Amino acid sequence: MDRIEAFLTMGGYGEFIWPAYAVAFAVLAALLAWSLRELRRNERTLRNLQPNGPDGRRE
Amino acid sequence: MFELANPNRFQKFAKRILPWVAGIAVAAMGAGLVIGLFLAPPDYQQGESVRIMYVHVPSAWMALGIYTAIAVASGCFLIWKYPLADVLARAAAPIGAGFTLITLVTGSLWGKPTWGTWWVWDARLTSVLILFFLYLGYIALRNAFEDPTRSAKAAAVLALVGFVNVPIIKWSVDWWHTLHQPASVVRFDGPTIHASMLIPLLLMATGFAAFFTVLLLIRVRSALVARKIRALRLVQAGAGPHIDEA
Repeated sequence: MDRIEAFLTMGGYGEFIWPAYAVAFAVLAALLAWSLRELRRNERTLRNLQPNGPDGRRE
Repeated sequence: MFELANPNRFQKFAKRILPWVAGIAVAAMGAGLVIGLFLAPPDYQQGESVRIMYVHVPSAWMALGIYTAIAVASGCFLIWKYPLADVLARAAAPIGAGFTLITLVTGSLWGKPTWGTWWVWDARLTSVLILFFLYLGYIALRNAFEDPTRSAKAAAVLALVGFVNVPIIKWSVDWWHTLHQPASVVRFDGPTIHASMLIPLLLMATGFAAFFTVLLLIRVRSALVARKIRALRLVQAGAGPHIDEA
């Protein structure tokens, strides 16, 4: 228990270290979620525009 | 390299490497987190707070590296009119802004216990804040014009002009008096940081770079799909097949 507590408090710096890691990974996760959602939305729109299959060639 | 300038070939290449890059991102960030948070020693001056370095410094490298890449791609786009260079630059900009935001916030969280303040208007911090605004300005400019070619050109010029800020950031800690510590990894005379801290730092940097690549490939794919949609809509609106690649 003491070791877990020592790890979480980080010698008194826990209140700075944990938010730093949380912000970093929250921003990265948000970028990933946003980019994937945009890709799926665009791919869906493209499929609806091309009823003849997902990779309808048209050149 | 030049073969990849073709969007279709780029897509195939991206699809093949994506799972590998994602694997590297997860493995390197995982190892970097474990070593950085558990195994690396506390600093003899800063104590445990030095662990913020393992997210702060790699984010700052990414913020500068991505801006440099955008400037290079913008140059290629303006000089040789590579359309894919423009797509790459546009796709990279929000990722760079994200890493700059992480740099600013984690730096502030590191500054408070180390310097006693969240923020100072010194050369390093101010120039990184300017980098963040350059990213935001670039993104805003990309969406400012109706005509995508015009906004692409305007944004590319902004990216190139704003590049002056990159060397200013890098050497600001040597040119001006600042609270920020000088470089300890990327120096002409080699790193001055101990291996026990350098290893988790490099692991996190590798993980961030791989994660950036994953995001970039997803965003470029999305942009190419969006371009196809625009072209199809133009054709369907009866504009004829020749206004294809706007």
